[in-house]
Amino acid sequence: MRLDGSKAQVDFGEGVLREVNVTLVDAKVGDYVLVHAGYAIQMVDEKDALETLALWKEILAFEKEQGS
Amino acid sequence: MGMAEKLRFRDPELAKSIAQKIREVAPKDETVKFCHVCGTHEWTITHYGLRSLLPKNVEVIAGPGCPVCIVPAAEIDEAVQLSQKGVVVTCFGDVLRVPGSHMSLLDAKATGADVRVVYGVADAVEMAKRERDKEFAFFAVGFETTAPSTAVEALGKPPENFSFLVSHRLIPPAMELLLGVGDLQIDGFIAPGHVSAIIGLKPYELFPRVYRMPTVVAGFEPIDVLMGIYMLLKQRAEGTARLENEYTRIVKWEGNPKALEVMDRAFAVTGGNWRGIGRLPDSALKLREELSAYDAREKFGVKVEQGKDILLGCECHLVIIGKIKPDECPMFMKACTPANPVGACMVSSEGTCRVWATTATRSQ
Repeated sequence: MRLDGSKAQVDFGEGVLREVNVTLVDAKVGDYVLVHAGYAIQMVDEKDALETLALWKEILAFEKEQGS
Repeated sequence: MGMAEKLRFRDPELAKSIAQKIREVAPKDETVKFCHVCGTHEWTITHYGLRSLLPKNVEVIAGPGCPVCIVPAAEIDEAVQLSQKGVVVTCFGDVLRVPGSHMSLLDAKATGADVRVVYGVADAVEMAKRERDKEFAFFAVGFETTAPSTAVEALGKPPENFSFLVSHRLIPPAMELLLGVGDLQIDGFIAPGHVSAIIGLKPYELFPRVYRMPTVVAGFEPIDVLMGIYMLLKQRAEGTARLENEYTRIVKWEGNPKALEVMDRAFAVTGGNWRGIGRLPDSALKLREELSAYDAREKFGVKVEQGKDILLGCECHLVIIGKIKPDECPMFMKACTPANPVGACMVSSEGTCRVWATTATRSQ
């Protein structure tokens, strides 16, 4: 992401850049944002994403032990 | 989120183990029915064939989650009338073919009206700035996900030749309505991820508290949806009704305060008609008094008769509230196809009929 006032260049994957309005989020260069109709509407918490997956795997494994 | 993480939310092995847990926790004989209210959830469920992973007695139905489908015909008629008054009507691509009482915006365009598809409201404002000799209106359709962008532009001093035809709707009142539909008998809500990114969790609190309805906000990857279903089944097995958040990487308790603040500054909440549903109190947005100079309805004296929402034989009104599945409509893939849609649910890419019609892996 590259910032310029209310607008930012956002990488939509594989280098596809698009101008996005970022006034609704506190984004800085390098952050991931959720984009809807040309507006960033929320920050993506990448650390949370990884932790969520790890947590689920744990829960599923734990409940498997408990269940059997 | 990077591609690697995204792919992990599509991990087939993890999906299989969640499906296994779902089978373990699901009731053995009773039927359970969960309802989502998001076109993108329906797409994920249908596209990845998630229904085929569920036990037969666990059903997931699609509620009124397609923002284009629920725009009433009367408001399409308003947009058509604006275009016939010589105003350039800008709209999202999905809106173009939605039937009005007499014609769609595409029909109006075919008869000479200037109707233009935009990616977002900001593009429409830019057009108006470039072509000062013309009047422009943006047909602002969408739920809480889209309304903040309209609000930002409305508050950002748009040019004098620009106005808004606001048709935004709010999701929680529609969810509450579903609970009153007698024979629908929903056992839990899968609440929409992107609407919740804006509004947060608080607006859903009443569902577990007042209606004893388990409610889980879920994301849009297959793992998210399966996990959401598992969390709902688990609550049911425990005999509790809670509000839970599966989509923590995007949805915060407070939502997006900046977006909520601009929405509140730009819009007042009012009653609104929904196609296939009727009038719902406190379910629509209108521009606040101080922005009325940008209200296309006032600026151009738009007046329409009561709209005709449903064409004879079309069962969109039942599909929209999840009462029937698309293939239970006699017109589905016969008189009504993606190439020649009859009802709004077949027009929009988020419409349940359209999602079912365009997905090869559809399964019950």
